[in-house]
Amino acid sequence: MSGTTEKPRSFQEIILRLQNYWGQQGCAVLQPYDMEVGAGTFHPATTLRSLGSKPWAAAYVQPSRRPTDGRYGENPNRLQHYYQYQVLIKPSPANLQELYLGSLAAIGIDMDLHDIRFVEDDWESPTLGAWGLGWEVWCDGMEVSQFTYFQQVGGHDCHPVSGELTYGLERLAMYVLGIDHVMDMPYSDPDSPIPLKYGDVFQQTEQEYSRWNFDVADTDVLLRHFEEAEAECARILAEPHVDPKTGKRIIMAHPAYDQTIKASHIFNLLDARGVISVTERQAYIGRVRALAKMCADAFVQTEAGGYTPEDAA
Amino acid sequence: MPDLLIELFSEEIPARMQARAAEDLKKKVTDGMVEAGLTYAHARAYATPRRLVLAVEDVLERSPDLKEERKGPRVDAPEKAIEGFLRGVGLTKDQLEVRDEKKGQVYFAMIQTPGREASAIIAEVLEATIRNFPWPKSMRWGAGSLRWVRPLHSIICLMTREDGSEVVDLDIDGIKSGRSTRGHRFMGGDAFEVNNFDDYVAKLKKAKVVLDPAERADTIWHDATNMAFAQGLEVVEDNGLLAEVAGLVEWPVVLMGEIGADFLNLPAEVLQTSMKEHQKFFSVKNPKTGRIEKFVTVANIETRDNGATILAGNQKVLAARLSDAKFFWENDLRTAKAGMDTWVDGLGNVTFHNKLGSQKQRIERIVAMAGELAAVTGADAEAAQTAARIAKADLQSEMVYEFPELQGLMGRYYAEAAGYDAAVAAVCQEHYSPLGPSDDVPTAPLSVTVALADKLDTLTGFWAIDEKPTGSKDPFALRRAALGVIRLILENDLRVSLSSLLSAAGEAKDDLLSFFFDRLKVYLKDQGIRHDVIDACLAMDGADDLTLLVKRAKALSDVLGTEDGVNLVQGYKRAANILTQAEEKDGVEYSFGADPKFAEVDEERALFDVLTATSPAIAADLKAEDFAGAMGKMAALRAPVDAFFEAVQVNTENQTVRRNRLNLLSQIRQTVGQVADLGRIEG
Repeated sequence: MSGTTEKPRSFQEIILRLQNYWGQQGCAVLQPYDMEVGAGTFHPATTLRSLGSKPWAAAYVQPSRRPTDGRYGENPNRLQHYYQYQVLIKPSPANLQELYLGSLAAIGIDMDLHDIRFVEDDWESPTLGAWGLGWEVWCDGMEVSQFTYFQQVGGHDCHPVSGELTYGLERLAMYVLGIDHVMDMPYSDPDSPIPLKYGDVFQQTEQEYSRWNFDVADTDVLLRHFEEAEAECARILAEPHVDPKTGKRIIMAHPAYDQTIKASHIFNLLDARGVISVTERQAYIGRVRALAKMCADAFVQTEAGGYTPEDAA
Repeated sequence: MPDLLIELFSEEIPARMQARAAEDLKKKVTDGMVEAGLTYAHARAYATPRRLVLAVEDVLERSPDLKEERKGPRVDAPEKAIEGFLRGVGLTKDQLEVRDEKKGQVYFAMIQTPGREASAIIAEVLEATIRNFPWPKSMRWGAGSLRWVRPLHSIICLMTREDGSEVVDLDIDGIKSGRSTRGHRFMGGDAFEVNNFDDYVAKLKKAKVVLDPAERADTIWHDATNMAFAQGLEVVEDNGLLAEVAGLVEWPVVLMGEIGADFLNLPAEVLQTSMKEHQKFFSVKNPKTGRIEKFVTVANIETRDNGATILAGNQKVLAARLSDAKFFWENDLRTAKAGMDTWVDGLGNVTFHNKLGSQKQRIERIVAMAGELAAVTGADAEAAQTAARIAKADLQSEMVYEFPELQGLMGRYYAEAAGYDAAVAAVCQEHYSPLGPSDDVPTAPLSVTVALADKLDTLTGFWAIDEKPTGSKDPFALRRAALGVIRLILENDLRVSLSSLLSAAGEAKDDLLSFFFDRLKVYLKDQGIRHDVIDACLAMDGADDLTLLVKRAKALSDVLGTEDGVNLVQGYKRAANILTQAEEKDGVEYSFGADPKFAEVDEERALFDVLTATSPAIAADLKAEDFAGAMGKMAALRAPVDAFFEAVQVNTENQTVRRNRLNLLSQIRQTVGQVADLGRIEG
């Protein structure tokens, strides 16, 4: 298991090695989802594809936004925009732990020198109506990944069960590269003609977004957008399954799910703006969860969700 | 006789579940074996992060043959009844026996259940155990439907005898039993086969796994304390943490590391909590200074650099954590030194309960009540109100947001930093107490005042909105709060009418008061005071002065432990019964006017004398609230009362004498009933 792998030299090299590694293990290397999400789990390649009976294996980087974590680029580890690396394999293979450890070796972590531990951490996403059991993976006392066996998503029992791996890329890379402040981390190779650090790429955007998230975002507009997304999601799913134009059965689970993602992110923004009270919070989470459930219900009616024409008979 | 070895090898089992799971494995398997007739001499279970293990010694080779006789219907019973019986016992008619009984000829079935091979029984029992295992939370994985705490990978199920061992065959959703297992995840090498328990333990150790959790815990504690001792330091004991850490490793390697100098000035509790909660580190203290100076972490691996990389990594993570803590501490100190006002105001945005307003509104109520209670507790009213106002301010601090378990303690630090008097600052920490039946009760008047006000506000508030505990549901811990009030009053000897403190409950006030009395009964029962004793005292005026009530109850309870006391109660009841009957019959109340000159016999006169002589002394005791003294003197009346009943017929022909005797009984009832209503004593 101990890799003879050389140490990576930059943030991007770590990402590339993960892409390579999981590609070699048979995962489809997908691209990030083109919407604002709070975590890699929100990508439909995880949320929706973990539902239904069809096998699935995908890996991807997902830019993620958590407005309340903004620190104007000053905190060594906290960012309102960061990257997650996400792997989802359904059904979870028996050697998923070994595969995971292989990925750590691939990015230069020598298992003979480090202390890798699987520490209980049950995962739950109240907004997605999802939960699973697993661990946070520690390397020398630092959490480097989440490892989860999905049990339920969008209120549906997962059959078969997906294994999900989530790496917090900045934190993991800082550890591997020995960097103390995220902004000091080499983004591209330090020997490149124009070497860029993480801070060269993101210092300014962290400031801009922190200011906007906390103080400037128009809450009235956001509240309206939330309601609109919520209404649109329901409207999309209320359309008849058969498209009157093509005559084909087309259930629009993904477009509806986009509205769920939107509502969820707007909720996060409103939260950062401090306009949601403790009691209201639960109600908003419940509203997003209701949308996620509707989308899950719709997705399992689609072919990708395991529906076959015989099911209709 | 053969031994049995079972190993269930899985992905990492949560540390907190391991000990219980090992015991459950032992119980389920051995219970199942015994139920099937398979007895054994000894069983022991073990757990590591990746395996549950059961070793059973001296198991029977077979369960014994069983013979059972069952009585059936009569021979001339309807055919249907006979058929039903045959179905029930699984025999045919010609296999039945016919016996002559009193009522005629009756069928008997002799059911023979031959013993079964141990391996067949064990296979069944183990499969049932795995399929129905009582994990607090379990999961499915892959495409299967089996549930386990985390994916189950392999099963050893081995019967071992002196001449060898055999695998007990088992196939649970594709996992076949065998004799093969793995050692440590990183240091254990390839899978290996085992022949018996001793062989298993030895091979595991070679493959860097210590099977016994107690042995792992011992190693950790031993190495940690030695390492600390060598540097003149000591490890802060924490058995919960020790058990947890022992459940996180199969091969414990203890490492001691430095806490950065920047952080050594943080409060010891902050260092300790941060290190324990986030990193599962032990704190290492310098006994000379009392400060936490180092930490101990337990790795699961031996490395060629003797843990240097691991320690460096852990130190780095700790530094990041403690930077956060230091940041919180310094920010909080700034707010505190500015007077804590922003925190107090900030509590206005925190909902306590949607029907009971914000935390700030709640604090305003507590402040008002603290002012009133000061007269009861002997605290300075102004200081009590000041303390109440800041007592919960730390809920708004960054440190308490991060470490909720430090609430109160941080408040004390911050109040001191803000320049409050030490007694006021202490209220921040102490007003939460007592938290349970064994928690210490505050004694400082300021702390007692605010602790009472806090709990009374909670109770009256939830009663007013009708959110009372029901059955096992008590989401707002109201029983605990009521017990807290009771203990605060009793242990500080406070004299107050509890009822007068409950007006905020509105119409529910009386209900709340009886809830208090119920809690008091539970509390006193634990101290050996019977509920009827408390009822007897509750019947007296001013029973909502709990201190007085308990004084009465203790005195009564003590005297009931003596023969005189028990007989006195009998005498009292006899007097009261005769009186009640006479009063009902005559339609008058016999309450005064007993006169010794109408006494006819010596015993009667003697009773008059002793009552006259004792009454003033009893009254004096009662005035001084010396209930024990009063009860003692009442108990001394027992002999003359008994003698009186022995010698005298109360309902005599002579109406003057009868009235006089009834009035005398009334005097007894009145005198003896001054501590408690003895009529409520059972028996």
